[in-house]
Amino acid sequence: MKETRLMLGMPITVNIVDSQATQENIDEVFAYFKYIDNKFSVFKKDSEINQINRGEIMENEYSDDMEEIFLLAEKTKKESHGYFDIHHKGKLNPSGVVKGWAIHQAAKILEKDGFSNFYVDAGGDIQVKGNNHLGKPWTLGIRNPFNRNENIKIVKLINKGIATSGTYIRGQHIYNPFKPQDPIMEIVSLTVIGPNVFEADRFATPAFAMGKEGILFIESIQGLEGYMIDSNGVATFTKGWNQYVYKD
Amino acid sequence: MKKLLLSVLVIVSFILYSLFQRKDDLVGSANLAPQGNTNNTISISPSTTPQTSPSPTTISTTPDIKNTPKPTPTATPTPTKASLYKNGTYIGDVTDAYYGNVQVQVQVSGGNISSVNFLQYPSDRSRSISINSYAMPILEQEAIKAQSANVDTVSGATDTSLAFISSMQSALAKAQN
Repeated sequence: MKETRLMLGMPITVNIVDSQATQENIDEVFAYFKYIDNKFSVFKKDSEINQINRGEIMENEYSDDMEEIFLLAEKTKKESHGYFDIHHKGKLNPSGVVKGWAIHQAAKILEKDGFSNFYVDAGGDIQVKGNNHLGKPWTLGIRNPFNRNENIKIVKLINKGIATSGTYIRGQHIYNPFKPQDPIMEIVSLTVIGPNVFEADRFATPAFAMGKEGILFIESIQGLEGYMIDSNGVATFTKGWNQYVYKD
Repeated sequence: MKKLLLSVLVIVSFILYSLFQRKDDLVGSANLAPQGNTNNTISISPSTTPQTSPSPTTISTTPDIKNTPKPTPTATPTPTKASLYKNGTYIGDVTDAYYGNVQVQVQVSGGNISSVNFLQYPSDRSRSISINSYAMPILEQEAIKAQSANVDTVSGATDTSLAFISSMQSALAKAQN
């Protein structure tokens, strides 16, 4: 049972292979994303995060989820040497940590409902559980940053999370008119595989911001593997990356 | 006398029309005031624009700029009458790319899109704190190449593209004749 909806500014897909899946189970997951959007979206006037930014909610009144997100953001900031930071111009925007966390929580909902073969994909960041409909590991493509309709790597995953940080706009021959000679080593895409999508996502974001050093940062963290593509179409990957690669 | 009157009428209406067009341009340009995070000005050439369309697969709600009809050049000197877009500068809506905002500005000249600039763009690279230098392990490299086996789903940074298309679409809606 599979459904895609456009929410939080991105396509979100829930695919449950287990035969007992019902529409109710799918709806429950989307309702959770709706809850996340209402709480954390900086685009919704009355979201909790905006109320906090307007000083309408005091620190001791934060919801449990908000407190958890702030703790996780602080932890990620430390672990990424300051590259991950939810403070922007005096306001808080935890979006960078909310996405992976929300997918991870959504997957937990499905586990709690008794499912063991599914994936949750929000804007290309994915948590997979168990196997696909063929009883085989989930097969995931990594999109070519220079051509949206092509995959440049296929990985096989069971019970893992994967997140890609990057931009396809730069990849599609968009140049900076003021700096046409811009560095050839510019990074266009960085994919991270981790024990779950939350871990993959929270490290992919700051690693991408580090530029070509990012892949070394991923290499330095146990349990994470990464595949980084520069603007010349050259990929650099961590030592354990190939264990996930599907060879055709 | 009748001829003279007619010529005067034609000239006057042309001047009025030019002024009107100019006013439109000014209205468009007036939006050019700095819009927050303007440090990421990226231009794309018009020919690459259609490539940013998402493949027409699952989501029907995604606007597809590929389907936007090309403006037809007009043969008469009357400016932009027959083309799809009015000349001017148009600002798209701020669109949530989740990690930040995307907002584009579209310039139309001669009825065609002449440039697209990013007024806002997620800029997680702007952090200036230097990172510790890691022990430099030698990592393998390879040239990327397409792999075409069937997949269950795809990992990629789709967010910005969708937000880009959405902002672009709203800018073009303003430019419609």
